[in-house]
Amino acid sequence: MADKEVAVSVHDIHKEFILPQNKNTTFKQTVVNIVKKNNKVTQKTLDGVSFDVNKGDFFGIVGRNGSGKSTLLKLIAGVYTPTAGGVEVHGGLTPFIELGVGFNPELSGRDNVYLNGALLGFTRREMATMYDEIVSFAELGPFMDQKLKNYSSGMQVRLAFSIAIKAKNDVLIFDEVLAVGDEAFQRKCLDVFEGYKASGQTVILVTHDMETVRKFCNKAVLIHDGKAILSGNPRKVADKYSALNQDVIDDDAKRKDASSLADYEEIGLKVNITDKTGNEIKSFKSGKDFMINVEWNPTSRIAAFVVNIFKNSGEHVTAFRVIPPKNASKFSINLAPLLGKGKYDLLIEMHDDNDKAAYDSFEGASFIINSQDVENVPIWSGMLYVDHTVTF
Amino acid sequence: MRYMTTKNRAILREMVSTDFKVRYQGSVLGYMWSLLKPLFLFAILYIVFTYIIPLGKAVPHYSVYLLLGIVLWNFFTEATMQGAGSVVARGDLIRKVSIPRYLVVIASTLSALINLGLSLVVVIIFALFNGVMPSLEWLLLIPIIAEVIVLSLGISFLLSALYVKFRDITYIWEIFLQAGFYATPIIYPMTQVPEHLHKWFFLNPMAQLIQDARYVMVTPTQSTLWSSVHNPLVIAVPFLIVLILLAVGARYFKTRSAYFAEDI
Repeated sequence: MADKEVAVSVHDIHKEFILPQNKNTTFKQTVVNIVKKNNKVTQKTLDGVSFDVNKGDFFGIVGRNGSGKSTLLKLIAGVYTPTAGGVEVHGGLTPFIELGVGFNPELSGRDNVYLNGALLGFTRREMATMYDEIVSFAELGPFMDQKLKNYSSGMQVRLAFSIAIKAKNDVLIFDEVLAVGDEAFQRKCLDVFEGYKASGQTVILVTHDMETVRKFCNKAVLIHDGKAILSGNPRKVADKYSALNQDVIDDDAKRKDASSLADYEEIGLKVNITDKTGNEIKSFKSGKDFMINVEWNPTSRIAAFVVNIFKNSGEHVTAFRVIPPKNASKFSINLAPLLGKGKYDLLIEMHDDNDKAAYDSFEGASFIINSQDVENVPIWSGMLYVDHTVTF
Repeated sequence: MRYMTTKNRAILREMVSTDFKVRYQGSVLGYMWSLLKPLFLFAILYIVFTYIIPLGKAVPHYSVYLLLGIVLWNFFTEATMQGAGSVVARGDLIRKVSIPRYLVVIASTLSALINLGLSLVVVIIFALFNGVMPSLEWLLLIPIIAEVIVLSLGISFLLSALYVKFRDITYIWEIFLQAGFYATPIIYPMTQVPEHLHKWFFLNPMAQLIQDARYVMVTPTQSTLWSSVHNPLVIAVPFLIVLILLAVGARYFKTRSAYFAEDI
């Protein structure tokens, strides 16, 4: 493949922060600290990260909280200065480290549009030509002369986002933009991303949402403990990221040492999802009859199980409590829920005699509802379908 | 490197207008206070220094002479105090966008400059009422104001960069300003100062430029740097101080500004 033009090149970047034991904010402290030869602690936040973002890339940066990805973003944006290594940016760059930077609550919506616009690199005249579009996109026409402090947080985000998407620069950087706002807003974000992708805009995106990474990114990098541990194929990066998180959850599960229960490994928990004939299934229609099968080592003295279904976005959908008879080593739950489209994870809680949740486990079991068109059920939407009657 | 690109000008303009809009939030008279405040301050000073402590009996148009000095000194105080705190005050911007850091310092000086302009309007009205004849020489105020702007900027760059790490600096500077107020011929005329000390007084750029402003606008009879010092090398001293402060301040600011985002 021919060499593509590089838009952003990060080479062997290091960033250390000095964490003074006592920050020297007054002369007295400074003098005291000089006399005491206070040891400064340096924190290596980034430790030799390199990657290239080509023109037209939709580049994802993922990593757990505190992995250094926000620092990386600020280095690319030029807010921080690297300790070693460097960043080359070819062309202009607009960083949205945060939406609505510089918003002043005491100013009207209108004034804030101009203020924020200036920080994104627009002149007053350019803003004036875009103003009406911004206001109509934000759906805030009647509120523009009110002070920003009287806006709801959702309104502020809408306004900020409507300005942000006007930015036209060679490289756009988004940090966790999707984490804010309601579903309608998130959908708008995704539409804008679709637009960027279609038009070949170079975008660098920092996110925790692996769906977004899989859907939009053509390249991604996984930052862990200040190092780029995997870069390239976004699917692989997303999988690795999920695996990292899984490790953390497992560690937590192991740490919840139960009083009377066996060690976590000894329980030998196995969970899978099958159809009625016992074939494992992963993705199916809403309303499909399926089984959740749980197996464990009967000598581990588990008094009760709670099988929780979580939506991938974090909502707790439902839970079933199962008290197994003595010496049982497996059970199956048969269900055919009318759930909305999306991915669901199972969380199995294992309780001891005192009914304390001793272990939580996400042992891999999850399923996807890929369609919510169900025979004999009227068209519906939302998280679940509830049987109902209508009278007139 | 280009400093004042259209983008930077747009940012400056928005920062200054935000300052101005926010300052009078919620007050009934709003922007009027920018004129009313100096007006009332002048009225008080006029009464105090013509009836209670008549320091300047010998000076023609002493009230105007006094006001002009106060106005220039107030600009210097406001610009440097606001300037010193500007980087920290705009910490939210500095931590999130990579706009050139010097813009926040320049914005605070410009805000102070707007107030100076409004105060000067009041001074001119006072002067005309007082019987001072307007002349073309008043245009020489422009280079004098340019000098006080450069002086304030230099000090603001230095102090604002220091303030990020040492929060004591504004207290120290406040004390320094108090001392400076009395070391500069603002409320007392130079006639009160022994003749042989004049040349030392005029090494202070603020004393030099306030007396020069009075010379061109109000009372050409008063002592200035030019009338007290004859050695051209010594005459250059107050101007060199201004330029050196700007050079040192800008340089220190530039080296420190790379770390503002993490130090604030």
